[in-house]
Amino acid sequence: MDRPHRGPAGPARAGGAPVTAQFPRPARPIHPIHPARPVDPAVAAATGTAKIIEARDLFLSFGETPALRGASLGVRPGEIVAVMGPSGSGKSTLLHCLAGILVPAQGQVWFGRERLDTLSDDRRSALRRDRFGFVFQSGQLVPELTAAENVALPLLLSGTRRGPAMTAARKWFPALGLDGLEHRRSGELSGGQAQRVALARGLVAEPEVLFADEPTGSLDSVSSELVMELLTAAVRERGTTVVLVTHDARVAAYADREVIVRDGKVSTLTGAEA
Amino acid sequence: MGEIFPCNYLLREYSWSILSVMSVPLTLLGLLERGPSHGYDLKRDYDAYFGRGRPLRYSQAYATLSRLARDGKAVAGPVEQEAGPERRRYVITEAGVADVERWLAEPVPPEPDLQSELFSKVVLALMLDRPADRYLDVQRGAHLQRMRELTELKRETDPLGVLLADHALYRLEADLRWIDHTAARLDLLARAVRR
Repeated sequence: MDRPHRGPAGPARAGGAPVTAQFPRPARPIHPIHPARPVDPAVAAATGTAKIIEARDLFLSFGETPALRGASLGVRPGEIVAVMGPSGSGKSTLLHCLAGILVPAQGQVWFGRERLDTLSDDRRSALRRDRFGFVFQSGQLVPELTAAENVALPLLLSGTRRGPAMTAARKWFPALGLDGLEHRRSGELSGGQAQRVALARGLVAEPEVLFADEPTGSLDSVSSELVMELLTAAVRERGTTVVLVTHDARVAAYADREVIVRDGKVSTLTGAEA
Repeated sequence: MGEIFPCNYLLREYSWSILSVMSVPLTLLGLLERGPSHGYDLKRDYDAYFGRGRPLRYSQAYATLSRLARDGKAVAGPVEQEAGPERRRYVITEAGVADVERWLAEPVPPEPDLQSELFSKVVLALMLDRPADRYLDVQRGAHLQRMRELTELKRETDPLGVLLADHALYRLEADLRWIDHTAARLDLLARAVRR
């Protein structure tokens, strides 16, 4: 697919104050299947780059209600894919299966060369914690913790000591225009600020894949544009793969490509393979 | 910014008139694909479905049909001896069907004010039992591609350019919402236009 060249991750200009600080540098070597630089989708398509994450023919029902009916989707390393579709089409269920939160009744989920749907619950939890990041619709911060503690949470859960975890967490605040808000609790943050804190939490552990489910769902257009600017700048710099569920076309326009989920199946708009 | 939006107002007017000129013959041809028809009936159906207060002139309808016949898209029968307007039956040719098919399947350039042509395409696709849902998906893809380009452009342009790009983005988004809404109601719409 032809796509205009993306400039380096520069300061976000959308809404709010310009953000000039650099994002914290990746703290550890990048995983081998993870490219150092974003993969140009055109190059990846031509060279057949392996998928980093892939759903093959997934089926899953909730009681009598089928949510997925043969859904397939492959995402290449470094790609940002928007998953769109009407309410109840199964797009969030697909994301939850790809992320190993739900296990499909039928079909396979692959993460690199590892099959996710046959792993034990413990192994899947560990993999989610160590390799994946999550951003959900706002209201998902732990209210008892400060903003910085919320960001540090994934590191603390994976065994990083408190000191280094908090240091790593605080590094994200200037880059996201959140300077000085480290000690606030979620009730003292605006919706847009809370969502940027959630974004930092999703990225702090250097995940290989970021799963974002309606990350701007409760924000006004200016705040949501800022969140998307920051999200795309941060993941482009790191080569993080993103699976982004959204019903908002302006949010989807930040992705490299979009797929649409209808009646539990995935289709591309071009007829190409999802 | 000058290169991408050479002169927005003029560009818009230009593309609008091009679309109108382009789509009348193809719309008539599409109506003709339903079955052999008199020019008078085609004009009447055109006005009913697509005229919206701007009916086609008889002279324009007949001139368009003659051109279509000259170009091998339709075949004109003999003039039927009756009083009143010209009575001549037209039949679409295979080349005409191919033109309609091609036109329906290709996305409209994602410019503001495309609704009229997109609307005509959807109605005709439903009338002719063509895959309107596929056409809408292709249009969706074209719109989203344009929205991606505009989003990218916002990174590189000045504040006025951002404003202009946002204007285009919101209008395209409005079209997309219409496309989604229409895609969800195709069965109902199909029943309303089939004869």
